[in-house]
Amino acid sequence: MSPVSIPLKGRRMIPAPTAWARANRSRLLGAALLLGLAALGWLVPLLSDADPARQDLGRILMPPSAGEPLGTDHLGRSMLARLAAAIRLSLGFAAVGVVSAAVPGVLLGVLAGWRGGWLDRAAGVLSDAFLALPGLLLVLLLAALAPGSAWALYVGISLVLWVEYFRVVRATVRVAAASPQIEASRLLGFGPLYIFRRHLWPEIAPVVLTLASFGAASAILAVAALGFVSVGLRPPAAELGLMMTELLPYHEEAPWILFQPIAVVFLLVLSLNLLSGSRPR
Amino acid sequence: MTARPILKTLGHRLFQALLVGLAVGTLTFLLARLLPGDMAFRVAAGRYGYDNVTGSAADAVRLELGLDQPALMALGAWLWDLAQFDLGRSLISGEPVIAAIRHQLGHSADLAGSAILLSLLIGPPLGILAGLRPGGVLDRALLPFAAGLRALPQFVLGVLLIVLFAVGLGLLPAAGYGTMEHRLLPAITLALGLAAVSSRVARDATLAVTASPYYAFARTKGLPEGSAFLRHGLRNIGVPVTAYLGVQLVYLIEGVVVVESLFAWPGIGHALVHAIFARDVPMIQGTALVMALGFVLLNALVDLACFGIDPRRRKA
Repeated sequence: MSPVSIPLKGRRMIPAPTAWARANRSRLLGAALLLGLAALGWLVPLLSDADPARQDLGRILMPPSAGEPLGTDHLGRSMLARLAAAIRLSLGFAAVGVVSAAVPGVLLGVLAGWRGGWLDRAAGVLSDAFLALPGLLLVLLLAALAPGSAWALYVGISLVLWVEYFRVVRATVRVAAASPQIEASRLLGFGPLYIFRRHLWPEIAPVVLTLASFGAASAILAVAALGFVSVGLRPPAAELGLMMTELLPYHEEAPWILFQPIAVVFLLVLSLNLLSGSRPR
Repeated sequence: MTARPILKTLGHRLFQALLVGLAVGTLTFLLARLLPGDMAFRVAAGRYGYDNVTGSAADAVRLELGLDQPALMALGAWLWDLAQFDLGRSLISGEPVIAAIRHQLGHSADLAGSAILLSLLIGPPLGILAGLRPGGVLDRALLPFAAGLRALPQFVLGVLLIVLFAVGLGLLPAAGYGTMEHRLLPAITLALGLAAVSSRVARDATLAVTASPYYAFARTKGLPEGSAFLRHGLRNIGVPVTAYLGVQLVYLIEGVVVVESLFAWPGIGHALVHAIFARDVPMIQGTALVMALGFVLLNALVDLACFGIDPRRRKA
């Protein structure tokens, strides 16, 4: 079912130069956008002392001004500080979730694809079970297990994400492991570590990077979706989905405030989709 | 001979359904066990009100939920009940879970069906038109549109549509259930995300089909453009579009949860979120189970549809 094609040694498709340039340009654009958002997230607390939780009920729903470049929300909290905190939160979740899904997923995929046998079958059954469950449902159930806890969200996201790595890496490794190059390396007496580094990793790496940026996007979406339906993180956390729910009632008085978290989610996901380098589907 | 791949696929889906039941059952069992505080008192408080909780009421609840048994035995009993499709009663309303779900599932199926239909009316036709003239105006206009829609999560899209159509223009109701107008906004929200993907898939498939040797031959032998497309193009485009519908079912199920909550649609996703909010364990189990099994069932239907469209799959 996975839409990712398996690059075969020897008849790898060579993209036309224009398509190649276009893919690289979109990757560059995505990386720049992501860096800009991350800079916003991490530089704001350095440059200003605005506290994302400090309320000022005398100055609620203020339009952007010199003191508050992005205005204030319904409790008079600085939108700039809150958006920065929310970006840090989302990117943090994405990074931690992706890493802790990619490492076991790739390891298991390599072992299953290379060694086969009972490990391959057991991991296959496990990944089938996870694939049969829509990801958000699993995250929701775990969020129910520990309401408002960041840990439950993080574990749920990692559990959903590892399957993709496992399946794709396993398929890639299975093809590569049967190739004459690896046969030759093995016959020449090179150990598994050398074979992994020189033969398998170059095959896997580009796929893993694509999966990582898609995974980061789905992690950000999952956290925001749960926050939005009020079963994710709890107020007063500055979280993008939660901010939308909180600000939705004020869409008439202060549409500019409501559109800020929406724009940030949109830009985060767009930048990661562009970064993945695949054509939009 | 011809039935074998179909049976194998269906067997795989059946196996997945079993795994799903096991996973959801175990998770909700853990959920019931791990809740902080004395579960029996919490449940009793939810059922009878905080002022009316007595020790005997809590004991009755404890007995009913098997909270006094050792963990492994309780898990066995829990899963056994599940295997008999005994989902228990809602801890909040006391209504049998099955009855509540039967009611909600209809609403959700209604919404999901409208969304799929709408997306198929928007996505593939636009994609095919774009694919017939690659690089044309429509093709170039569709790409950023589809990319943008993919980057908008469903709830954001829903919020934007509400602000635009319900509040800004006052054309449609913002939330609720009942008339055709109520259905429009949530269905469009779900359909636009699905259509963004299916239009791209249809566009790529059209491109591949029109560049294929059999299509060139159909035209060389003198078939007019229209019948060449109808006879040789459409069915081959249908396979990837249908197969991708299977991949998109994840978005659909997740979307149902979020969009129903946003539009206050009385479906199963809304019920799940509410049950989680209220710690109504049997309702959580029932709704999650039905959604997950529905997902597997829909996947099986997509498999069957692919077999139906593409006879080559039935062999091999």
